Amino acid sequence: MNELADVVTEVFHREWARLVATLIGSAGDWDLAQECAQEAFTQAWRTWHRDGVPDRPGAWLLTTARRRMLDRLRRDRVGETKLAEIAALGDALSDPASDESTDDVPDDRLRLIYTCCHPALAFEAQVALALRTLAGLTTSEIARAFGVAEQTMGKRLVRAQSKIRDASIPYRVPPAHLLPERTAAVLGVVYLMFNEGYVATSGPELHRPTLAAEALRLAALVVELMPDDPEARGLHALLLFHQARAGARTDPAGALVPLDEQDRSRWDHTLIDQGLDQLQHARRRGQLGPFQLQAMIAACHVIAARPEDTDTAQVLALYDALLARAPSLTVELNRAVAVARHSGPEAGLAALDDLERRGDASARSHLLPAVRADLLRRAGHLADAARAYRTAVEQATNDIERAYLQRRMASLD
Amino acid sequence: MRYLLMISAEETEDDSPDPLPGTALATPDPTGQLERRRAEGVAAFTAWLDDLMARGVLRAHEGLWPSRTATTVRVRGDQVLLTDGPYIEAKEQIGGFALIEVEDLDEAIEVAACHPACAWGQVEVRPLREL
Repeated sequence: MNELADVVTEVFHREWARLVATLIGSAGDWDLAQECAQEAFTQAWRTWHRDGVPDRPGAWLLTTARRRMLDRLRRDRVGETKLAEIAALGDALSDPASDESTDDVPDDRLRLIYTCCHPALAFEAQVALALRTLAGLTTSEIARAFGVAEQTMGKRLVRAQSKIRDASIPYRVPPAHLLPERTAAVLGVVYLMFNEGYVATSGPELHRPTLAAEALRLAALVVELMPDDPEARGLHALLLFHQARAGARTDPAGALVPLDEQDRSRWDHTLIDQGLDQLQHARRRGQLGPFQLQAMIAACHVIAARPEDTDTAQVLALYDALLARAPSLTVELNRAVAVARHSGPEAGLAALDDLERRGDASARSHLLPAVRADLLRRAGHLADAARAYRTAVEQATNDIERAYLQRRMASLD
Repeated sequence: MRYLLMISAEETEDDSPDPLPGTALATPDPTGQLERRRAEGVAAFTAWLDDLMARGVLRAHEGLWPSRTATTVRVRGDQVLLTDGPYIEAKEQIGGFALIEVEDLDEAIEVAACHPACAWGQVEVRPLREL
């Protein structure tokens, strides 16, 4: 029984997105596609328990889901053309004489990814749709992952799906002239989904493990579907490096542990090796981009046996390259930290001053005073450090981060 | 699919420049710079329109007088109530619209993004409820 549960879970992870994507492709109805996919899995659970798991579970699921869909559409008296289309879709797959495996079915998952991450949808809607249709999370699971009410999330999903339908957001891989921009958008959604999972923007928990794990899975899927895109691999590598350190970021009491104080034996070296492998693949294309650069920076940290073994000159050079391509406040702040690591806290503070003088780094982030406080503390300016910590504590929105800053502030006395 | 493009921009106090070319500028322009910019705007706009005409995408296109000319009508009970001005008082007001027929939202967005008014105002793209 447990064995079957494992098999069904495994098949679910492997086949859900493909099933939903194919069903949407044939019927154009997102809601119906998801319901029928869900019903096919429910049916699988009953039938496989009795008859055993079929040789091609993916094809079995598609045939079952297609039958459900035909029944539903007949009941709703849908036009003959559409019925014929869906019927044909099933025949090609369920014909036992055909030795094609489901792998040969045109992969609609790419169309699904691009549609979920369409920039005409709000970011929250994009993430929710991706989690529902690609990762197969239920509405209540997604709601929990975001810390919102199930009803709120349900409305968000319905709204997004009706916009796709009513405004005719195309279900396709974008044409060549839109592709680079839209691929960047897809990678951005996966990255932000992971970030939201890695450091929740608000609330009592630092980490929303479901979101981070699903983002990692999506990043792997994107690489599988776009094997020639070096930035997709760069993103996957970056997320693997972050995830590898996730367990060591908090102590047993749940308090935040900064990078230099983490127990490096608790890092997940399998994930690190996977990340290094992806990064190597990406670099072979010779097209450097922001995700590859960030992954290379993360790699410098994860391959160092001790904090003092980190190649700080390399880290700084990579931040400079990143800043030239994708300037942002976060990158500037991280660069200041890298300067401090390489040339000492006073140099880091000078970099921060320079950043503030240019005026683009306003009160937008609690990270600025937090970084300043840390550098002031290391440089021995304790009174100034205390003041900066106080500002940072006031501006922090995540409870665990706030607790960390308060602890640092208290340790100054 | 048909889409309505609602072109809006900020209306200045002397209600010029019109978000669409064609209205004379009230601002003094000794160097001729504004006039040049206006001419460029007209050229960009004409190019946009010509392209849409050539592709057979445009179903209708009109510019509007500024919102000071608007009258808002409501009927409450058996009374016709009139308000002098637009139904929403805002700095940004609709200055024109276009009705286009294209394949999908991506195409509609491309058409909208090429409208010169996008550079200083915005274009809202709304699908028509086709029956």
